[in-house]
Amino acid sequence: MIRFVDVWLKYRHNGEASAASADVISGMSFDVPDGGFRWLTGASGAGKTSLLKLMYLAEHPYRGRIEILGIPAARISRREAAMLRRRIGVVYQDFRLLPHLSVYDNVALPMRLARRPEKQIRSDVSELLHWVGLSNKLDRRPNELSGGEQQRIAIARAVVVQPHLLLADEPTGNLDDEQADRLMLLITSLNRLGTTVVVATHNLSLVRNYPAPCLEISGGRLVHEG
Amino acid sequence: MAKRRIKPAPRARRRVDQLGLRTAMADRLLPTLVGAMSFLAALAIAGTLAAATLASHWQGDTGSALTVQVTDPGDPAVSGGVTRLQAVLSTLKASPNVSNLHQLSADEMNSLLKPWLGEDVTKLNLPVPAVIAASWNQAGPPDALASALGAVAPGTLAETGAAWASRVAALTNSIQASALSVLLIVALVAAAVISVATRAGLAQRREAIEIVHGLGALDSDIAGSFAMRATRLAATGSAIGALIALPVLLWLARLAEPFAGVLPQSNLPVLPMPLMASLPALPVVAALIGWGTAQITVRGWLRQLA
Repeated sequence: MIRFVDVWLKYRHNGEASAASADVISGMSFDVPDGGFRWLTGASGAGKTSLLKLMYLAEHPYRGRIEILGIPAARISRREAAMLRRRIGVVYQDFRLLPHLSVYDNVALPMRLARRPEKQIRSDVSELLHWVGLSNKLDRRPNELSGGEQQRIAIARAVVVQPHLLLADEPTGNLDDEQADRLMLLITSLNRLGTTVVVATHNLSLVRNYPAPCLEISGGRLVHEG
Repeated sequence: MAKRRIKPAPRARRRVDQLGLRTAMADRLLPTLVGAMSFLAALAIAGTLAAATLASHWQGDTGSALTVQVTDPGDPAVSGGVTRLQAVLSTLKASPNVSNLHQLSADEMNSLLKPWLGEDVTKLNLPVPAVIAASWNQAGPPDALASALGAVAPGTLAETGAAWASRVAALTNSIQASALSVLLIVALVAAAVISVATRAGLAQRREAIEIVHGLGALDSDIAGSFAMRATRLAATGSAIGALIALPVLLWLARLAEPFAGVLPQSNLPVLPMPLMASLPALPVVAALIGWGTAQITVRGWLRQLA
């Protein structure tokens, strides 16, 4: 369950939320049930990425209450927050791959942080990289790959730990139609297996092809739900 | 998804440098600086130990030296029909706390006084007292002995080197305090150097840290990676510094041998055992400083992340 209750966010400068800075999320309230799927739509700058940052605990609201996977985000320790993040898979808009690591090590990273056995890591990472079509590029560095390939690595990294919550920010932005369909197949498969999914996109044809409830935001406010 | 095994990348089998610290905390500057600190620390430790050894040697000699001055040594003593000098020598011989009696000869007196009084003291016709050197085997001052000597030959002076010994002790303590201060400063500078290098690494790897933090890395995971790197670099640098210090210390030990009352056993100089034991400890201490400093620096820095 994801629950937002009257959540307000403004970006901090030097660790403080300035009274002068504008709200990027304003009084937002909604629920996403366990195993639910939500499209997150809105124009560029509407606040989609900021909303996702709140969901993966990269930002804290200055007002309101957030529960992620049933855990109140405001009351948890740093250690508990880290443990909660391990249950969340995130596909970042800018991929956020580690340039000094190989494709294999980038995808294996969340499993290593979760201290999974190396044998299991080898098996799961290899399987996933085969599935995203990058099994022949295990030793490459991200900067040696195309944007689409980097996006597929980012997706593989997000789902390799079979997260309870999958957050994706424009995950099909650099993919061709065939790769986008394969990605959506993977995401809907995970969702059917119980993973809660929130996908931010401005690609309305994608939303039409995979019908699901939608959170539409504009100017940091939730303008339509359903 | 079809199950299919792919030959794992060789890279996956060894420990992965997740934050790229091998390049962010380079293996030249930090070990060099810590090595220099370690070299200075080795010299400071050697100074401390040398001061202690020399002081022990000097205090032992000076503190037990008894000097007796007998004025008008040829004049008759108070009783017994002997000279004052003979009476004093008899009293000293009878004392169980006095040994190694030696009356300084005219030549010895002449060589002692020559720096102050000129070539030949005997030609000056001065009333020079007789001087008796001996060993005083008690810890306290020779007050009772001085009274006994005064009773047979009034005006006789008896004194030990206790005053000198206390001055030597004060000098030694100040040298040791200075050396320990140097050690403390060296440790603080080493910690500062490691802290700066760690901060540089944090700045350089900020994005990577944010990514692994977002993937669920604990603060201890991230701080541990930096601490391991800092520990390795500090220990390596310190070991090199200690090795470079070794020949210098051997050379200094050879120079100090006569002052410490040690006769060379062979042509090869030998370091005192405490110093030999402290040199291998330097990399261990440097490693601990590196580990602790990196942990504190990184954990403090991580608080800025949500």
